[in-house]
Amino acid sequence: MHSKSLYQEVILDHNRKPRNYGALDQASHHAVGHNPLCGDRLDIALQLQDDQIDRISFQGESCAICKASASMMTTAVKGKSREDAEILIDEFREMATGKLDLNYPHHLGRLTVFSGIRDLPTRVKCAILPWHTLHAALNSIVNVSTEAENELLQATASTQASLGKHNT
Amino acid sequence: MNILAEASLEPHVFSSTFNVEHIRADFPILNLEIEGKPLVYLDSAASSQMPQPVIDRLIRYQTTQHANINRAVYYLSEVATAEYQKARCKLQQFVNAREDREIIFTSGTTDAINLVMHGYGRKFIQADDEIILTTLEHHSNIVPWQMLAKEKGAKIRVVPINDAGELDINAYQKLFNARTKFVSLIHVSNALGTINPIKEMIAYAHQHDVPVLIDGAQAAPHIPIDVQELDCDFYAFSAHKLCGPTGVGMLYGKAEMLERMQPFKGGGDMIASVTFEETTYAEIPHKFEAGTPPIAAAIGFGAAVDYISSIGLEQIAAYEYDLLSYATERMMAIPGVKIIGTAAHKAAVISFTIEGIHPHDIGTILNEDGIAVRTGHHCAQPVMRRFNVPATSRASFSFYNKKTEIDALIAGIKTVQKVFL
Repeated sequence: MHSKSLYQEVILDHNRKPRNYGALDQASHHAVGHNPLCGDRLDIALQLQDDQIDRISFQGESCAICKASASMMTTAVKGKSREDAEILIDEFREMATGKLDLNYPHHLGRLTVFSGIRDLPTRVKCAILPWHTLHAALNSIVNVSTEAENELLQATASTQASLGKHNT
Repeated sequence: MNILAEASLEPHVFSSTFNVEHIRADFPILNLEIEGKPLVYLDSAASSQMPQPVIDRLIRYQTTQHANINRAVYYLSEVATAEYQKARCKLQQFVNAREDREIIFTSGTTDAINLVMHGYGRKFIQADDEIILTTLEHHSNIVPWQMLAKEKGAKIRVVPINDAGELDINAYQKLFNARTKFVSLIHVSNALGTINPIKEMIAYAHQHDVPVLIDGAQAAPHIPIDVQELDCDFYAFSAHKLCGPTGVGMLYGKAEMLERMQPFKGGGDMIASVTFEETTYAEIPHKFEAGTPPIAAAIGFGAAVDYISSIGLEQIAAYEYDLLSYATERMMAIPGVKIIGTAAHKAAVISFTIEGIHPHDIGTILNEDGIAVRTGHHCAQPVMRRFNVPATSRASFSFYNKKTEIDALIAGIKTVQKVFL
């Protein structure tokens, strides 16, 4: 194994024992993320109380990078306001795509174990999928795909029209 | 060696015994190191590497022979035209076509299939007609026919496979009826390696007067092809899976079929005369080669089949079978590793899963040891669905691979399992 391997113990641990894994009763927000290139599928449900993420859970089929990213994301955003969660989403996406300078202040904490993903362009989407999906859930977009990023970024507030739409 | 010398046109000659180290010396890229580890390239089914004689041929063309073809009367244009035509004749011999005009240069296999879909399918296939495909098809042999079916109101019928990844020939025969108008078949499955009994399948289709296209992208680099013996109506493959450059491929079509077809792309070089009222098309093969073709790549394609022929496809097939047997045996001995696709007749492709570990994680960790395998659905989602897996990892072997590389793969798989323990 390479010393700067992406598969560090913290990632392997979250893959083995994903936190907040499973279904959520009475979710106020919910979205399904899909990566058609590898077949990964992630279901994220959360309960927003007074604009704060009270409870969050995820389930689905995915690679270790995606699962660990989802697991660590849920622990990171739990208890945070919607606004703070969106800041983390932006920072994580920027880190994964190599646009974030980690020498400047940020809020990612232990999530920086994923910083090496920027050197593996084919795996960036694996790490980002949970964050895309969380963003979609917070904005009431039911289905998102890693292959429709622009659409996602343009879709701002919740749109009932997107209900039941499958980007697969 | 002076690569500009005419001598480099001569086929590369090997001793009668297969010496993989001699062959590897022809492939400069195999000397690469990936982060300090020697490259172990096990993805030739996606694209093969290019040997020095083919690289040299491209340089020689570009340095001393390049001009546009079929046009001008000056020296360079005549040389380029002659070399391009020579490449066509090399391919004619490679697949044993009757005539050189039965060989059409395309941009690749996908382009060749699309050519037949537009040229034959759109002209002759009508509403309620049926097109037979198989579960093993690559997306490039599904999507064009689906587009046609949608446009015409035709139907796609699919030959199922068994658990080993072999076609159900009985089911294939039962699919035929008066509405069956076309069969398009993959020769060797890119996802599983299955070699299909195409000769018998072509003969059966012909009993029903149904023409057959063979997608030979994975077969041509590994199996001697004789289109007259197969009696297929069309045969398509790409140069880049056969030690040649990207951007070029070929379609063989029986002359009488090609003549009946309508052109695919309109443009220069494919016409006899043009007015604003009407255009008369050129004769085949030019009718299907609109615009300036990939001249350099086509000439490189010719050099690639020279190279392959100088080693001999029989020798290549035998050596690769040896690699496949060795790799299969070693992989089956690892607990948790499952080989997907266990057909009795297989090309040197091993699709596999490791229990509890996603193929993309496998691919990334193997890459850390310099090992290049393909992970994903291999553009064959119906195959993945049939085996109920989202994706697999795939190691594919070429005649330039050696057993120690398979040992590296086995060690790499064990490392992957250790990481996820």
